[in-house]
Amino acid sequence: MLARIATFAIDGVDPRQVSVEVHIRAGLPAFAIVGLADTAVRESRDRIHSAILNSKFDFPSRRITANLAPAFLRKVGPGFDAALALAVLAASGQIPRDALAAYAVFGELSLGGELRDSPGALVVAEGARRAGLTRLIVPRERAREAALVEGLEVAGVSTLRAAAEVVRGGRAPELPEAPPQEARQPAAEPDLADVRGHALPMLALQIAAAGGHNLLLEGPPGTGKTMLARRLPSILPRMTRAEAIEVTRIHSVAGLHADGLIGRRPFRAPHHTISPSGLVGGGALPRPGEATLAHRGVLFLDELSEFQRSTLDALRQPLEDGSVAIVRGQRALVFPTKFMLIAATNPCPCGFAGIEDRCNCGEADIRRHRRKLSGPLLDRMDLLVDVGRPSERELTSGPITSSELARGRVADARERQRARLDGTGASCNGEMDARTVRRLVELDVPAEQALAHAYSVGALSARGRHRVLRVARTIADLEGHGRVSHHDLLTALGLRQQPDLASAA
Amino acid sequence: MSGACDDCLRRTWLLGRMAGHLDHARARIAAVLELDDRELIAALGGELGDDLLRERDSVDVGLQRDRCGQAGLELVCRCDPAYPVRLRDLAAPPRALHVAGGLDRFLALVAEEPVAIVGARAASPYGIGVARSLGAALGRADVTVLSGMAHGIDAAAHVGALDAEAPTIAVLPGPADRPYPASRRALHRRLVATGATVSELPPGTMVRRWMFPARNRIIAALTAMTVVVEAGERSGSLVTAGFAQRLGRVIGAVPGQVTRPQAAGSNALLAGGATVVRGPQDVLDALFGAGVRSAAGDDRPELTEELALLLAGLADGHGTSTALVQAGYEPDEGLAALASLELAGYVRRDGGGRYAVIP
Repeated sequence: MLARIATFAIDGVDPRQVSVEVHIRAGLPAFAIVGLADTAVRESRDRIHSAILNSKFDFPSRRITANLAPAFLRKVGPGFDAALALAVLAASGQIPRDALAAYAVFGELSLGGELRDSPGALVVAEGARRAGLTRLIVPRERAREAALVEGLEVAGVSTLRAAAEVVRGGRAPELPEAPPQEARQPAAEPDLADVRGHALPMLALQIAAAGGHNLLLEGPPGTGKTMLARRLPSILPRMTRAEAIEVTRIHSVAGLHADGLIGRRPFRAPHHTISPSGLVGGGALPRPGEATLAHRGVLFLDELSEFQRSTLDALRQPLEDGSVAIVRGQRALVFPTKFMLIAATNPCPCGFAGIEDRCNCGEADIRRHRRKLSGPLLDRMDLLVDVGRPSERELTSGPITSSELARGRVADARERQRARLDGTGASCNGEMDARTVRRLVELDVPAEQALAHAYSVGALSARGRHRVLRVARTIADLEGHGRVSHHDLLTALGLRQQPDLASAA
Repeated sequence: MSGACDDCLRRTWLLGRMAGHLDHARARIAAVLELDDRELIAALGGELGDDLLRERDSVDVGLQRDRCGQAGLELVCRCDPAYPVRLRDLAAPPRALHVAGGLDRFLALVAEEPVAIVGARAASPYGIGVARSLGAALGRADVTVLSGMAHGIDAAAHVGALDAEAPTIAVLPGPADRPYPASRRALHRRLVATGATVSELPPGTMVRRWMFPARNRIIAALTAMTVVVEAGERSGSLVTAGFAQRLGRVIGAVPGQVTRPQAAGSNALLAGGATVVRGPQDVLDALFGAGVRSAAGDDRPELTEELALLLAGLADGHGTSTALVQAGYEPDEGLAALASLELAGYVRRDGGGRYAVIP
């Protein structure tokens, strides 16, 4: 007898429908799986055998052939166990065959017949809905995640037996309760209200958040660059539901997240020894890299000058395009990479340049250090701010602002940008190209004069001019100015980043 | 008036040809360079002596001139009346100078009262800052700054003069058409565009160690005064100062921290009676007599009280944020204030986002 059931393979961060067919016929007892299955899938024969027996079902002592279609798609991992087991049960008449047609099943089996937690349920659920299926069986741990997809009946089960019950028409178990709030958010998100001093970096963070500008923090070790960077997600606008689902899907596939919807923007801080494929994704079976895990959130590169040049160069395409294409064999996978980049670096190899007497670096060392920093990546950084050591008085004074207040200002500024940038392809000032800048950034007369002055005294390069205009526009948006004022422009000049001038003479 | 006589060209050819031989005698390089061609070949040529002599006599001077022309170099030899008169003070002036950036401009500049600003390559930020502002102030006072384009003090002095849009001259150890160090390409380009680079060696010569003291004697001789900004005990700039002293030129030094080894040499010069250089005015007084010329007045706009307070905070060496807070600024007001200070020419924003005060 033949039974058929749908399941999904996870290809990058996208679902691919796989049809599991099981045929049982007379012959010597055997169990063969065909259809470009990898080792973990072929091993599932033994798991399924034990799981079926331990669930008090019969394992048919006949010739069983399982096919995973389409045959050209490489199937990886143990996520097909449950679908194969249910198809075997249906083909041997232990559960009704017709009922299976409406179902997609996803999950790994243990020898004892339990459905184990398997990453990527959200992607599977999206695939099931797209394929027009109405019911989905997933491991219980993943039920709330899968239920984020609307229009799908999700049954979260913990055993193969329970899954069989559901298919037989038994009532699907209730979705597990959402865990209490505190358990889900173990530590409060870092807040700007915890910061003392650092008036300029805090302002720079707000401008960066408001305009989607990439930011470079420079300063000696121990002054709080990392501490400041960690607070950037807290002032970004809250994620929309669609964004949250994108983020949850990626983190679910990567096995970093198990329950429900991710509410916070991700913050990823890879160590500087990371490889190019670790950063942008890759591997023989392409997995999302840090840039993709930071999608809709913040990617923080600490000790920027310590990263390998090739690693940083690999970030160019993701930064430009908001996505990265990984080509393996005949397939190209696209991972989304819309993140804000924030980087930190020491001013010189020892880190203490500019601080009385503590720096032992020669001028040549410092030049070498700067040269390592320059390059295409720095070209994408609109803002640069010096993070110094706060004075005693600043450390003992009160907070300057809180994340809540800052987020409000940021959200207002973003709203103003959205109206202006409608139809340009840019969603925030940081994404404006040179043409859009020329067309949409209007300066009042004193600002125009100050810009011309800055350019004529050599404080700005042609490219730096565009960067300053983008930032000035964001500052004006934060202030609610229709045109960029003199003050807005000067503030932008005070935060400008100028890789081309830094390396000259 | 440009050009060089055949005999002088043969000599520069020989220096290039014997560059390797000369390196063995670098300890006594000044004396060795005083030898005439035949003596030089006899002293250092070894077994090759006769061949070298033959080569020298048959060298194609036309080809030498063409090569200089192709490299964009103009020549002046000491047989020419236009040859810089100060160089004639040397016991053995370079037979010919190769000049990139315009011979006439170079000769006009060195005919006045140029000043050498030299110092350590591994200089402190303080030294770099002083050299840069000294270069700029002297440039504004129409005093030409000469140096060696090395990293550290030398380059900072050139950059300062260029900041003030004043011409400045580098005497290079190797050929004048090639930046040395090579990473100073951009600076070399700017020097050639508005000032000059000079060398006694023909194009194509590889840089060797003896060329540095040899170059230092030219710097000392070409200038009316040598100012050492920061020099360790064994620094090459002390060699320059030594030449200057023997030539009877004025020597000045900028006081450095007594605890800093990079300043030991320059402080020793002061202890030995060198002119104390605290700023451009000290240099101008030493050159032209006390009070005869004063450093060009500040053409920067007056500062408001708040901006002056902020500037003082930055000069105290505080971080940018802290200086703003102490001057009572809100952050965004403060950034705008810093940018106005920068546009007015009082501070400079460096590659790391910090603000350095321009004296």
